[in-house]
Amino acid sequence: MARVRFVQRDGTEKNVEIGSSISVMMAAVRNGVRGIDGECGGCLDCATCHVYVDEAQAGLVPPPTEDEIELLSNVTAPRRSNSRLSCQIKIPSSIDELIVFVPENQS
Amino acid sequence: MSGLVVIGASYAGIQSALSAREAGYADNITVVCDETWLPYQRPPLSKGFLLGTTGEDNLVLRDEAFFKNERIDLVLGHRAVGIDPRARQIEVDNDATLTFDKLVIATGSRARRISAPGAELDGVCYLRSVADAIDLKARLAQAAEVVIVGGGFIGLEVASSAAKSGKKVTVVESMTRLLERAVCPLVSEFLHATHRQSGVEVLMGETVIAIDGASGRVAGVTLASGTRLPADLVLVGVGGIANDDLACAAGITCTNGIVVDEHGRTGHQDIYAAGDCANHYSRFANGWVRLESVQNAQDQAKAAGLAIAGSHGPYDAVPRFWSDQYSVKLQIVGLSAGHDRTAVRGSADDGRFTVFFYRNGKLIAADSINRPGDQMAARRLIAAGLSPTPEQAEDPSFDLKSLVKAIETINV
Ligand SMILES: Cc1cc2nc3c(=O)[nH]c(=O)nc-3n(C[C@H](O)[C@H](O)[C@H](O)COP(=O)(O)OP(=O)(O)OC[C@H]3O[C@@H](n4cnc5c(N)ncnc54)[C@H](O)[C@@H]3O)c2cc1C
Ligand code: FES
Repeated sequence: MARVRFVQRDGTEKNVEIGSSISVMMAAVRNGVRGIDGECGGCLDCATCHVYVDEAQAGLVPPPTEDEIELLSNVTAPRRSNSRLSCQIKIPSSIDELIVFVPENQS
Repeated sequence: MSGLVVIGASYAGIQSALSAREAGYADNITVVCDETWLPYQRPPLSKGFLLGTTGEDNLVLRDEAFFKNERIDLVLGHRAVGIDPRARQIEVDNDATLTFDKLVIATGSRARRISAPGAELDGVCYLRSVADAIDLKARLAQAAEVVIVGGGFIGLEVASSAAKSGKKVTVVESMTRLLERAVCPLVSEFLHATHRQSGVEVLMGETVIAIDGASGRVAGVTLASGTRLPADLVLVGVGGIANDDLACAAGITCTNGIVVDEHGRTGHQDIYAAGDCANHYSRFANGWVRLESVQNAQDQAKAAGLAIAGSHGPYDAVPRFWSDQYSVKLQIVGLSAGHDRTAVRGSADDGRFTVFFYRNGKLIAADSINRPGDQMAARRLIAAGLSPTPEQAEDPSFDLKSLVKAIETINV
């Protein structure tokens, strides 16, 4: 099982074990990670699952689709090059640990 | 045992408990729910779950570890049957009594039943819970002809899932257009056409007066016009009713739901309500509304959780909703009732457009079909009280983001 390290803006962290079939958003919601709402359950409708993937790892997860890019275009927290919707990210088998940063607010 | 007691373990109930914890509430928290499942997602029940693309595993929202970590006692499979506000006690159906310092009523809503003769026949279904969905899915697999009573969100989503699985589907809607209260005519028409193209027949302005059966099982429906439609499965989706009975019986003010303020507080100092069962005053509605959406349940419950922990964060989010049918992504932000002008960006012919709604020159809502970028911009503009002119909204070369950027500059 891989792990996701959720880092909050105040530096606090939560490490969560994650199976290969569930998304980073779902892992966050199931474990009560603050600041990730995941309202739509991952249907690319809500954009309340915005995270920043650790810059060094941004290239290790598959790129966003058109819809994801459109949703990211107007998220409330600053949009950065490593901004992603965490419901679209599953952990590739090549990674043991993914580090994501939780933004200050969701849309 | 006292502390916080929550009735209902779905979006609103769990969010209120979690927000209270996060804001430092240190006492006991007990959540009672009459369903036996761990908290799960309802929206996929009419969508991916029926289609088989979302499995039971993926429905679960919060697992045992969550409750352990957050120190929340979860009591499943038991129903609260009485609230005594003076004694601060909840009576549960297993004869247990729970004492509370603070109470959250998050009992949600239930499917409105139809009263036509034959409504009790086997094969007449409703969709609210995962148990309903498991049953519906099994029946759908066996069915050939499906009649959907009600062209609302749940009816249309089930129609889409059933048509995708190759069933003959007929939707019977009593109004003159689909989703009449929720979306504008252009969106209704677009969805109608999409259903038609997928082989779904939609009958408008028709009501079901009887459900016909043979040997206790449904065999068809009779419409007011006299038309008879054969059916081996009937799904009724004619709206929801707030589960406010417990609160009413306890003397808490209810008018189409439990009446709450911007902190989710009822007329009783220590009793809160949130989600589908609550009615609140919304500046986006210019009045009182009871909303049935995940966003409303979560955001209202956050406000209640904060207030319970002695913190402050009133509910003031722009309402939003979504619906997925076939490959159509419908997203709605704001409440369009009372609009006096619309502007359309994109075109229905391309299957991608947004309708912007204005009242007195102010942007109040937007319905988007397959234009998530517009929807996100509209969300932020409405929240900030900024309006593009209708001409700007219609002009595809006008960058809505430029106005959003202005908000960011103001906020810096
Ligand atoms: C099929 C379907 C599709 C939907 N699709 C969407 C969508 O696409 N987008 C969207 O935003 N919303 C959608 N919704 C609406 C959304 O699911 C609801 O708004 C949301 O679930 C409301 O959450 P809640 O916590 O207020 O209430 P609920 O989810 O209704 O939960 C209330 C819980 O309390 C329990 N309860 C009730 N009374 C008692 C009692 N006396 N004692 C103990 N327990 C009790 C109930 O059994 C239930 O488990 C959909 C709903 C359904 C049914
Ligand atoms: S959870 Fe809704 S877009 Fe990711």
